[in-house]
Amino acid sequence: MNWRGRLLILLPYTWLLLFFLVPFGIVLKISLSDIALAIPPYTPTMKDGLWTMLSGLDLENYAFIGAGAVFAAFLGVAALALLFRVVFPRVRRAMSFDARHGLFDSVAAALIALAVALVNVALVAAVLSVLFPALSGFIDIPDFLYFAAYLSSLKIAVISTFLTLLIGYPIAYGMARAAAHWRPTLLMLVILPFWTSFLIRVYAWMGILSTEGYLNQLLLQIGVISEPLTILNTNIAVYIGIVYTYLPFMVLPIYASLEKMDDSLVEAAEDLGCTALSAFWLVTAPLSKPGVIAGCFLVFIPTLGEFVIPSLLGGSNTVMIGKVLWEEFFNNRDWPVASAVAVILLLILIVPIVLFQRNQQAQREVDG
Amino acid sequence: MAHPRPEVAFAPWDDPEAKPLIQFKNVTKRFGDFTAIEDLTLDIYAKEFFALLGPSGCGKTTLMRMLGGFETPSEGTILLDGVDIGPVPPNERPVNMMFQSYALFPHLSVWDNIAFGLKRSAMPKDQIGDRVEKMLKLTQLGKFAKRKPHQISGGQRQRVALARALAKAPKLLLLDEPLGALDKKLRHETQFELMDIQETTGTTFVIVTHDQEEAMTVASRVAVMTEGKLAQVATPDQIYEAPNSTYVADFIGDVNIIEGTVEVPEKGAADTAVTIRWANHKAPINAYSDRHLPAASSVHFAIRPEKVAISSEAPEAANVVEGKILDIAYLGNISTYHVEVAPGMVIKAQATNNRRISRRNLTWEDHVYLSWTDTAGVVLTE
Repeated sequence: MNWRGRLLILLPYTWLLLFFLVPFGIVLKISLSDIALAIPPYTPTMKDGLWTMLSGLDLENYAFIGAGAVFAAFLGVAALALLFRVVFPRVRRAMSFDARHGLFDSVAAALIALAVALVNVALVAAVLSVLFPALSGFIDIPDFLYFAAYLSSLKIAVISTFLTLLIGYPIAYGMARAAAHWRPTLLMLVILPFWTSFLIRVYAWMGILSTEGYLNQLLLQIGVISEPLTILNTNIAVYIGIVYTYLPFMVLPIYASLEKMDDSLVEAAEDLGCTALSAFWLVTAPLSKPGVIAGCFLVFIPTLGEFVIPSLLGGSNTVMIGKVLWEEFFNNRDWPVASAVAVILLLILIVPIVLFQRNQQAQREVDG
Repeated sequence: MAHPRPEVAFAPWDDPEAKPLIQFKNVTKRFGDFTAIEDLTLDIYAKEFFALLGPSGCGKTTLMRMLGGFETPSEGTILLDGVDIGPVPPNERPVNMMFQSYALFPHLSVWDNIAFGLKRSAMPKDQIGDRVEKMLKLTQLGKFAKRKPHQISGGQRQRVALARALAKAPKLLLLDEPLGALDKKLRHETQFELMDIQETTGTTFVIVTHDQEEAMTVASRVAVMTEGKLAQVATPDQIYEAPNSTYVADFIGDVNIIEGTVEVPEKGAADTAVTIRWANHKAPINAYSDRHLPAASSVHFAIRPEKVAISSEAPEAANVVEGKILDIAYLGNISTYHVEVAPGMVIKAQATNNRRISRRNLTWEDHVYLSWTDTAGVVLTE
């Protein structure tokens, strides 16, 4: 390769080094330090000399926030996701009724698939309980707050990704099936919210969801409820906020994959004996899968570390890791623990980011 | 035109006893204000290879989509084996379609594409494999069974689409521009393959095409369509030799169309003989017509260029016209001569080049004689 080529590649790598790896290195170093009443609020620093600094680093903060348990839990979730990948095709096949299988057979097949999945989960649990004495030291949790925050972030991210998919898929499907001259307008309507600030839109939801908000006023006026609902400062408000904010990220990739699909494929499926429903499950769903996966990651990855929405719409019960991180840095001024929380969050996010990249890569290979 | 046919000839349309497989009865299809098909009546018989031919927008695809179940007629009924298929959805019709884009499922292998329809049917699982293998063999795709559609060539994709559509052994196979995406040479080979497969399987094929050569090659009967109506339905040779209108004559192949008026018949002439005056100071054209044409009615005389002989000396023939060569189109095997027989009136004559080019004596600006027999052309009133 000539020097021009090298120079061209050097540019993005330098960018990556300067704005990702160096800050990450600094945060990693802080996370291995101890808290101190000083400026900066941790020790040891470079002032103590390089060797003293390096030898003073330890994993104390990680042990404190229960990083081992977090990883164990995360591995468990990954195992569940893998299980889902195995079970889902069977369930999907069972869902697409055809002439050969009656409804009864389909339900039976779906139940068997689920039963197999449950047995697998039980087996994994059994293996883990046998290994528990050895693992207990690793997953010992001195302060349960962080572990709970990771888990609840994960829960909120998974549920809101699912909700976004549930709402986003029909929207994308409708857009892709709309008459060609409507599509640019519909596409613009989906992107339109980006024209105003994210913060203002989340504040607007506070006005809608609060006890005296528009939603409660409307429901009281039409007589659906007699007492105003408490939605703001609960997890429901957080879900509403996340689904609303991240919906375009779900709709756009699904729309892109559905739009380039040849309409005659569905006609061909019906011509070959599919009902409209089974044609959807056998043709449309698998062909929009890359879009669904891309959309899910685009929602899941930022939601996991989300800070603004839970702190504005959520209540004291809503614990998300982004919020904990903020409080640790700015309320407790415990930079080392905050850095450890951030590093673990990043490590957890690397897995879905890599999976997302692989999905995009695979899609490019199919298209190319 | 009565052609002597061998006894075994396949011509159920001439047999009043034969029961058609498909019957269109006064079918009209409207899209909003636009009428795609207008009051169309047509019978298609079992084991036919039936071609719908016409320019784009003539309604041929709509007609086929109505057979497939993707469009419903606005008026009229379509019968398949005597049963009205109007309310039957596409997935319950014994009809399969080969799509213009092939519509192969990109996420499934060739094998799974072919098996797709069988898996939706009541066929037992162990028989599906055999059937797919049979289809792969029929279309010579055995080697590619495991490949995905994007890993095979255009011609192979076309064969997969055909195998998939044939796998369920439909009563009727619809082919929408099946060879449109192939290059010319491959198209010619595939035409013969299609005919072979149609003959082996005994399936009724209905093909939609805008390529008249393709329709003529493969079809047992051709329906020429224009603006939602059938212009003519007949065998390829009848369409070519005995078109019923100037539209059909002009749409199929090359033709000379000469406008003229019918002269008063001479005494003692045969009933079917017609003489047409087409220009002043020129001998009238002698021809035959089955129909009675009143004197002075305006008609068109259509004659194919290959039926017009060209020579430098006056020949003995029923019709002889003098002229001057304007242009020569040399196509290798044949040459087409454009001969001006009257100011602004050009007649095309074709001659096979059975001699080397240097030995031929006709060239530009030559004074030549065109001649044809009195049965070579047809007299058209529309």
